[in-house]
Amino acid sequence: MVEQSLYPNYPQDLEMVITASQVDFFYGATQALFDISLLIPAKHVTALIGPSGCGKSTFLRCLNRMNDTIPHSRVEGEISINQKDIYTPDTDVVELRKEVGMVFQKSNPFPKSIFDNVAYGPRIHGEKDPRRLAEIVEQSLQQAAIWDEVKDRLHANAMGLSGGQQQRLCIARALAVGPKILLMDEPASALDPKSTMRIEDLIGELRTNYTIVIVTHNMQQAARVSDYTAFFYEGRLIECDATPKIFTNPRQKQTEDYITGRFG
Amino acid sequence: MSRSRKQHITDKAMRLLLVGAASASVLIVCLIFLFLFKEAGPFALKPGLGKLMDSQWIPVSFQEEHFGVGPLLSGSALVTALAMLVTVPISVLVAIYIAEIARPGEREFLKPFIEILASIPSVVLGFFGLLVVAPIVKTFFGLSTGLTALTGALLLSLMAIPTIISLSEDALVSVPYALKNASLALGASHLQTIFRVTLPAALPGIVAAVMLGIGRVIGETMAVLMVTGNSAILTASPLASVRTMTATIAAEMGEVPFGSVHYQALFWIGIILLVITFFLNIIAQRVLKKYGMMK
Amino acid sequence: MKTKTNNTADTLILLALRLITYAIVLVIGYILFDIVKNGASALNWQFVSSFPRRSGAAGGIFPAIVGTLYLVVGTIAVSLPLGIGGAIYLAEYADQGRFNTTIRLAIVTLAGVPSIVFGLFGLGIFVLFCGFGPSILAGSLTLACMVLPTIIVASEESLRAVPKGFRDASLALGATKWEMIRTNILPYSLSGMITGSILGIGRAAGETAPILLTVAAFFLPRLPKSIFDQVMALPYHLYILATQHPEADRIRPMQYGTALILLLLVLGLSLGAILIRTHFRKKFRW
Repeated sequence: MVEQSLYPNYPQDLEMVITASQVDFFYGATQALFDISLLIPAKHVTALIGPSGCGKSTFLRCLNRMNDTIPHSRVEGEISINQKDIYTPDTDVVELRKEVGMVFQKSNPFPKSIFDNVAYGPRIHGEKDPRRLAEIVEQSLQQAAIWDEVKDRLHANAMGLSGGQQQRLCIARALAVGPKILLMDEPASALDPKSTMRIEDLIGELRTNYTIVIVTHNMQQAARVSDYTAFFYEGRLIECDATPKIFTNPRQKQTEDYITGRFG
Repeated sequence: MSRSRKQHITDKAMRLLLVGAASASVLIVCLIFLFLFKEAGPFALKPGLGKLMDSQWIPVSFQEEHFGVGPLLSGSALVTALAMLVTVPISVLVAIYIAEIARPGEREFLKPFIEILASIPSVVLGFFGLLVVAPIVKTFFGLSTGLTALTGALLLSLMAIPTIISLSEDALVSVPYALKNASLALGASHLQTIFRVTLPAALPGIVAAVMLGIGRVIGETMAVLMVTGNSAILTASPLASVRTMTATIAAEMGEVPFGSVHYQALFWIGIILLVITFFLNIIAQRVLKKYGMMK
Repeated sequence: MKTKTNNTADTLILLALRLITYAIVLVIGYILFDIVKNGASALNWQFVSSFPRRSGAAGGIFPAIVGTLYLVVGTIAVSLPLGIGGAIYLAEYADQGRFNTTIRLAIVTLAGVPSIVFGLFGLGIFVLFCGFGPSILAGSLTLACMVLPTIIVASEESLRAVPKGFRDASLALGATKWEMIRTNILPYSLSGMITGSILGIGRAAGETAPILLTVAAFFLPRLPKSIFDQVMALPYHLYILATQHPEADRIRPMQYGTALILLLLVLGLSLGAILIRTHFRKKFRW
């Protein structure tokens, strides 16, 4: 599966769940991504790093087709998840997004109760049984390591939680739909150091069951939480490798300049 | 999978429904033009559009009817011009006061209070004009009647003031702070900054506000119907009694046989009004767009 | 020395600006005072609850109140769904295409059409072409066309106030666009849309010109039985009493009373809407 020439430091038996090949992305006439080819391994954490505006978030949002909501945007090339092209006309975006959950930079709980926030996804997908819903909610909150903090106030408004709690709630909400892949768009950039640490610990726990793709412009964070790292620069993928390799001995000069803080 | 299918069908259906709702405005605009022309149409064949150029409006007569819209057009123009003469300076000055000078608490009071004026029904203002403003005009100028173009203009001015104040204030507030600060930093006083920097920068927005105000004033019916005296004569005197286009439609439509020549002539007046306000609107939007003041 | 003169001039100009502003406030205050003072003395229970007699020279204005309320309800029933639906489309679906530009142009145009022209339009299409005759139905439809732009603008503003994050989160969880709107946009914007719309409809309740040609009856001392009936309406009734009535000079209290009731109705609707809006703004904070 893994092309050794491109990914010399990936274990050969690594299962790849997302395959992007020659992806271009356009906002109207402006091209934001150029010829991105990238493999993302299952049940590992892949970090996308690079200076702001490098296209890492845009690429992330291509993976669950959130970019569809931007008028006049266009994707070329192929992105497959589990060998299935997700940009064919008959792709069911609803099904895709059930498979591929997303956590945003700014925590965005709905102004509903904690319970209703987590139950939102399952309800939309047709789950009506209150017992089953309660189960899903508890399970998801536990997975997101926030259950103990909120179990006594499930029916309180989620807006009353602290920033870090809100973000973990959003993770629980994404998990409740039962995705296999979790996309995280700078999930800790708006949080204090302590909350950031909790999110990073959580990512460490989730990686055993989920494929995680995380965008971050905090290089220490990428080094701490990820197994593989892809470096983006000006809309192009410069280099992708095992995280320790990227941070100690990158192949490309641009990567090295960025890692050592010469720009970005 | 079947659940998801149902979701998609509902989604498509709702989208269609909403597109329909959104198209309603377009449809209504088209229908307005269509039906106005449909009702007015036959007039163009008989007696012919030339009749609208007549110098007199005498729609009911034992000899020959006259359907000249000139006197009505001039009535509307006179009243509108007078109204704007009163309204524009007052509104701009008040807008400056509210946007740049008033304390925040004062602003919180002034803005909604002036808004109240906009929600007073025009027939109530007309009634007030009839009983209060007209007698004042009559005594002040020593006239035999207070029902004059000026009286109408004063009332229209009351109606246009809140609109123009509010839009001008928006324009003034949207002038970037950096610009004001630059002027203040150069040693200009607060007022110098307002009149030499802020006001010129907000001018396009104010011009657009005035255009929209003119559109509103030309189209206003009840107040002018009640206080301008309604004689269809060609005059430029503010103290003469005049008849506007809107008042003519309102006063005469109730008494004409449907489909008659007179009826069609009234629809032509409607078309003229529609076209005037349409272009005023378009120009105002252009101005706002050109100077990036579109909300 | 120069700064000194400057300061005096500045003070004078400031004073002048303040004077003009408060002169306007005073005029508005006087209008309200005049209507309220003279109207209040004419008001009593019998005036609002009984039928008019002698062509409105005596008795009450009950049918005109009822007629206006019917028109308001009819206008809301037609314009609210249409306006809110259109606003949802513009805020949530439309991109910068030609269709969108056309709709926005239409809304701006519609907002500028004089009310009497709406009257002519209503007469041509609803009264004559559709054959509804002068009726509540024709009047409500005409008024609905008139308030549509106000409702769309108010509703769109309310929709745009809902944070983008709610939309993203909802879609990312696999909601279809409509599910997202229904579950995560409308619950937070509906109150704003409705109150914004009521402000517009309140103004329509005071309009005379559009109903003049499509619904209003000069003197009809009974209540309507169906939407195809004509009704009396407050604004038209005031117009008639003040200018067309043979005894116009002798029935001033009747006129003032009608003006006050109309004013209270319109301002009451606006005030109510504003209060509800403040209430909901406090309830939903993000």
